[in-house]
Amino acid sequence: MNRFAALLDALLFTPARNGKVRLMQEYFATTPDPERGWALAALTGELVFDEAKPSQVRALATARVDPALLGWSYDFVGDLAETVSLIWPEAPGGKDNIPSLAEIVKQLKAASRSEAPRLLEPWLDALDATGRWALLKLVTRELRIGVSARLAKTALAEWSGVELDRIEEIWHGLAPPYQALFDWLEGRRPAPEIGDLPTFTPLMLAQPLEDGDIAGLDPRDYLAEWKWDGIRVQLVARGAGRRLYSRSGDDIGAAFPDICAVMPPDVTLDGELLVMRGAEVAPFNDLQQRLNRKTPNPKLLRDFPAAVRLYDMLRDGPEDLRGLSFAARRDRLEGWYAREPRRALDLSPMVPFTSWDELKELRDGARDRGIEGLMLKRADSLYVSGRPKGPWFKWKRGALTLDTVLMYAQRGHGKRSSFYSDYTFGAWRDGELVPVGKAYSGFTDEELRRLDQWVRNNTIKRWGPVREVAPQIVLEVAFDSVHRSTRHKSGVAMRFPRIHRIRWDKPFGEADTLETLEKLMT
Amino acid sequence: MSSSPLPETWIKTTPAGLYCEPGGFYIDPQLPVPRAIVTHGHGDHARPGNQRVLATPGTIAIMQSRYGELAGALQPLEYGELIDINGVGVRLIPAGHVLGSAQVVLDCGGARVVVSGDYKRRADPTCAPFEPCNCDLFITEATFGLPVFRHPPDRLEIDKLLHSLSLFPERCHVVGVYALGKCQRVLALLRRAGYEEPVYLHGGLIGLTELYENLGVPLGPVLPWAEATREALRGRIVLAPPAATTDRWSRRLPDPLVAMASGWMRVRQRAKARGVELPLVISDHADWDELTATIDEVAAEEVWVTHGREEALVHHATKRGYRARALAIAGFEEDE
Repeated sequence: MNRFAALLDALLFTPARNGKVRLMQEYFATTPDPERGWALAALTGELVFDEAKPSQVRALATARVDPALLGWSYDFVGDLAETVSLIWPEAPGGKDNIPSLAEIVKQLKAASRSEAPRLLEPWLDALDATGRWALLKLVTRELRIGVSARLAKTALAEWSGVELDRIEEIWHGLAPPYQALFDWLEGRRPAPEIGDLPTFTPLMLAQPLEDGDIAGLDPRDYLAEWKWDGIRVQLVARGAGRRLYSRSGDDIGAAFPDICAVMPPDVTLDGELLVMRGAEVAPFNDLQQRLNRKTPNPKLLRDFPAAVRLYDMLRDGPEDLRGLSFAARRDRLEGWYAREPRRALDLSPMVPFTSWDELKELRDGARDRGIEGLMLKRADSLYVSGRPKGPWFKWKRGALTLDTVLMYAQRGHGKRSSFYSDYTFGAWRDGELVPVGKAYSGFTDEELRRLDQWVRNNTIKRWGPVREVAPQIVLEVAFDSVHRSTRHKSGVAMRFPRIHRIRWDKPFGEADTLETLEKLMT
Repeated sequence: MSSSPLPETWIKTTPAGLYCEPGGFYIDPQLPVPRAIVTHGHGDHARPGNQRVLATPGTIAIMQSRYGELAGALQPLEYGELIDINGVGVRLIPAGHVLGSAQVVLDCGGARVVVSGDYKRRADPTCAPFEPCNCDLFITEATFGLPVFRHPPDRLEIDKLLHSLSLFPERCHVVGVYALGKCQRVLALLRRAGYEEPVYLHGGLIGLTELYENLGVPLGPVLPWAEATREALRGRIVLAPPAATTDRWSRRLPDPLVAMASGWMRVRQRAKARGVELPLVISDHADWDELTATIDEVAAEEVWVTHGREEALVHHATKRGYRARALAIAGFEEDE
């Protein structure tokens, strides 16, 4: 456990993605099974047991330490788990039985919530200060070290030489401590046979179309469809299993029983999750009502009916279609849909055009709610996971927008003086977030309440009135223009930035880069 | 010693600092005074402008190199040597903080006061180890006077640095160190750990490091960083004053990985706030366990606590049965 804790500690302090990957690679290379498998589960958020309450942790410490000293220490350190980890008095002989992470997980999984504190005490005696910190963060589910599940898998891929996509494809068929995975990655065994499990297929993503790009593209090579203002989902049915995956590969099926109920057998489909009333796409905020609830009640299902607008087909029965061209896959999708029409599923229509100018007019003229712009896809493009440059473009209209990451929050004034309503957001540069602007508006009162709560729960540091939050929430910021500025660390300043959307669904690692913002400069 | 005059009748705090009335001298005065005893060479203890200064030869050498003429008339006193100043017996004994650092032992009218200055208890190859001395009143520092401060063994922290160097061999490892003491201690610890490569120094660290060498503390090969090409600094250790590590100066280093050697690195948010990527908990101050053990060891009836988080240590000492109080002395800095 001390070794895993040292990894977490190093990850916490290492800002750059590549540095984090290297730290994890080294850990996987030098740690035996099943320890590293449980570590992988912890890093990817797959480790589940009843969480300990902060009050239980405090009670443990109070039994061992003068409460006055604990109080002053907590005031100074500002974080309960860290305070307790540092102040915990070393017991004689305590170091004799240092627990492994595997052992800790095994015992915690078997324990009830009330038993957990009794388990913790001897472990706290045995571990070093960093080990105690990691243990307490783990059991209180407050471990935030800036590593996404995808980054952990990336480290596995780079360490083993096995492609990330291959790992992602079988990921959902695996369970901690991932013995079969490590056997495969280290070449002892073939890839784990996951059989008929409805696993996630890593998505193919589009590049934003920039002004310079279009001149080099031949309109005859591309097909166009509308870009819908919902969230990207993957519907997977295999054997008896039905899964609705978000773009990051999280299973969100429980929140959308209405979609799962209509999911056709034995296919993998790619589409946009929307709230639809009849033929009309409801505003994104309506979809947000659904995304907010892990398990919806009947009223919510009735008032905010979900639908998926399909635009691609990755698998049809046993047949993997990803090696076919987009045009061929589209034919298959249309043919299949003609045979298997379903309530709450429809096809995203193609937008015929002959020239870019014509298409641009269509794009700017489309005032329908729910349309963000256009998607351009090369007719001959194979389905390739990741974000290859060239085959697919997204061509948004209207205000400029940027997907940023919430970094700091501050309370507002007047009516909002009790709300964290002023947000500083950042974009990526060399694997680190750089603040690029501040916004105070664009969200509903309900969204503000939720963001405020989120900020309070996810503060990692306070700078006087300013809270630094864990980099996690993607804010899609709309703005009129962007200019160079010497007053800002990023070197750019946005004009009239406002929160366009809160992308609860989007992994923060996929937010935009500063470079993308600089290209929008006028 | 209960018949002797209570120490508080002859040692007091004044705006200039701790003052021994019968002796007519100040200890580590913050304002220029006619007569000063200086515990060690750090800038917040050894200030320029005093008329006469009594200190160990090591501290005097440091003050001369820092202040030249402004250091005042310097009178060296070897560790353990006793002199009489206006009827007050004065001795300097090792404090283990930095080279030349001393505790001040004062005997007056049968009562003994020990002023710890800054001190630590663990072994440091660059200075003489702390000597505990029984007394009636112990005036202790409390920089790390909270029980969350327990410094790990130095070797583990040095190993962290060397491990990072092997994991990120293309990055220049720049370690923030205080110019006096920490810089030389980190060098000595690296050598003990078997690291024999040249270590590169920021210009602000060179003078004192040479001084240590001249005073007989071997620190292995060191080079001014400016003499190396940018590329040559990849995979190398560069020591620099803490403020420089994240300042414009560091832009001239290749892909710098910022480390910091300080007791404050124990608290993650402090390390994060300073932009530190590799916190190294290496301190020249006593940690909580050392502070409390030392109070027990010197067996003073009364303890005055200064420079730091006094309240927790006063609370602890009071519970242990000592008369304890916090002493507010202006001017000491949190930096170590």
